Amino acid sequence: MSIGLAMRAAAAALLVAFLVAPQAFTFAFAPFAEGGAPAIYQQADMLDLALNHLALVAAAVGAATLLAVGLAILVTRPFGAEFLPLSRAIANIGQTFPPIAVLALTVPTLGFGAGPTLFALFLYGLLPIFENALTGLSTLRPAVREAALGVGMDAWQRLTRVELPLAAPTILAGVRLSVVISIATATIGSTVGASTLGEVIIAGLLSNNLAFILQGGLVVGAMAVLVSDGLTQLERLNGARPRGFRRGAPTGAGAPQGGRQGQGH
Amino acid sequence: MIEIDAVTKVYGEATVVDAVTATVPSGSVAAIVGTSGSGKSTLLRMINRLVDPTSGAVRIDGRDTREEPPHVLRRRIGYVIQGNGLFPHRTVAQNIATVPVLLDWDKRRIAARVDELLELFQLDPAEFRGRMPHELSGGQQQRVGVARGLAAGPNILLMDEPFGALDPIIRAKAQDDLAAIQKRLGTTIVLVTHDMEEAIGLGDAIGVMDEGRLLQFAPPEEIIARPASPFVERLVGAADRPFRLLSLARCGDLAGPSAASGPAIDADTSARDALADLLWSARDAAPVARDGVIVGSVTREALEAKAAGPR
Repeated sequence: MSIGLAMRAAAAALLVAFLVAPQAFTFAFAPFAEGGAPAIYQQADMLDLALNHLALVAAAVGAATLLAVGLAILVTRPFGAEFLPLSRAIANIGQTFPPIAVLALTVPTLGFGAGPTLFALFLYGLLPIFENALTGLSTLRPAVREAALGVGMDAWQRLTRVELPLAAPTILAGVRLSVVISIATATIGSTVGASTLGEVIIAGLLSNNLAFILQGGLVVGAMAVLVSDGLTQLERLNGARPRGFRRGAPTGAGAPQGGRQGQGH
Repeated sequence: MIEIDAVTKVYGEATVVDAVTATVPSGSVAAIVGTSGSGKSTLLRMINRLVDPTSGAVRIDGRDTREEPPHVLRRRIGYVIQGNGLFPHRTVAQNIATVPVLLDWDKRRIAARVDELLELFQLDPAEFRGRMPHELSGGQQQRVGVARGLAAGPNILLMDEPFGALDPIIRAKAQDDLAAIQKRLGTTIVLVTHDMEEAIGLGDAIGVMDEGRLLQFAPPEEIIARPASPFVERLVGAADRPFRLLSLARCGDLAGPSAASGPAIDADTSARDALADLLWSARDAAPVARDGVIVGSVTREALEAKAAGPR
């Protein structure tokens, strides 16, 4: 566990160091730059590109989460059950339609820049979140559902106090999946003028510079791994509060959360 | 008082509950017995409107249950289900506090109430408040489930096979505890079970259901002695009848003045256990003690007379 933590910290430190001072890594990439070509991409600030990249992903997945969870909530209510096939279809189409085709189709209406990429990532991110939210919300133990009704919770209270908290780990897993996919996919946004790390890769492809392709790819890969890792930790924290508990009190004495009596929420 | 007035529930073609009428007086325990699919759970769930009757009405203390929104009604009625249905993401204290929180009690009152209930159910508050449901044994979960049902001090407690998931020894203890707490709080209880023994042990009145109809609704003695139909008789178990009758009597009530020797039997022991004791120790009579003082003796003859059915 501590080795894993150390490796994570080292990878994060390396990534940040590269983004802040890419020139310091010239030695590593110079062997891949042929014929005196620059070893480090300099047309734009690397840190800016990375932050724009992440912001784009965050905005797209954030919007996809809102819509997907909203739809999942809707179709698991009695009045919304009819919309299940339609919602599934929307989420499936979003996933199967190639993002590059979405870019091509949306550029005429949204123009060059971040817009088409945002839209493509949003569509692409819907399905994993929707399917996971649906699973989380529809696999509630019948006894728990019955108890929530029986104690006199209204529909909103059942949703916010019982269903969503219990489905949260599953929903979060879907969000993580979408984030990872989107971090990788966002690179193609640079073909239509979005400011992402794809710019570095594309510059490398155009000028036949392997060093650019490598550094673009590595940064995107490292970000995807680290973000996924961080979200996994979050899931564990959220889903395993009960389990972590037992670990915390192996002697069976004094429950660590003993002070939290009665405060329902 | 719960008045169930010609209540019927129809799902499509099937009549699950068929024109059931019964009255459960305040402070009493009604046990509904029947095989699975007899409609007993549906009948119970119509009292707190988890199921709405197709026709008929349910009145609580004279008020029709349809006069208020179902979720408001349910906060006044405790509800305990099989497998307890505790919220797995909430601590024991939060589970018990569910209804008081819904009713907007203030924090201090809720905390005090939670501790009071934990103590009532013999769970040390300091130890159990912060535990999660999965860290409890089955018996402890069941007690927390009942504590949650009683948290807001409801007049009525509905229980659907509350002891179904417990092993026999813990079940007997849980039944005794429930009987004691019911006596202390005076709560009206409607309990659904498929176990006639449990119904006889806990019920002031027993309702027997079959195919949606309430075949008989009467005190246990009458159900045993004068079953209204062959089905009721079968459910009581013809061979068990004398012993079931005995289990309803305390041996203290059957004690006479004659002298007897050997170890004394406590006056609160059921007549059935007293007879078992006499048979096992091969005695014709045994002294009966109340609070350690001999108050008389009980004879095998008196017990056998008690076990005889009507003729």
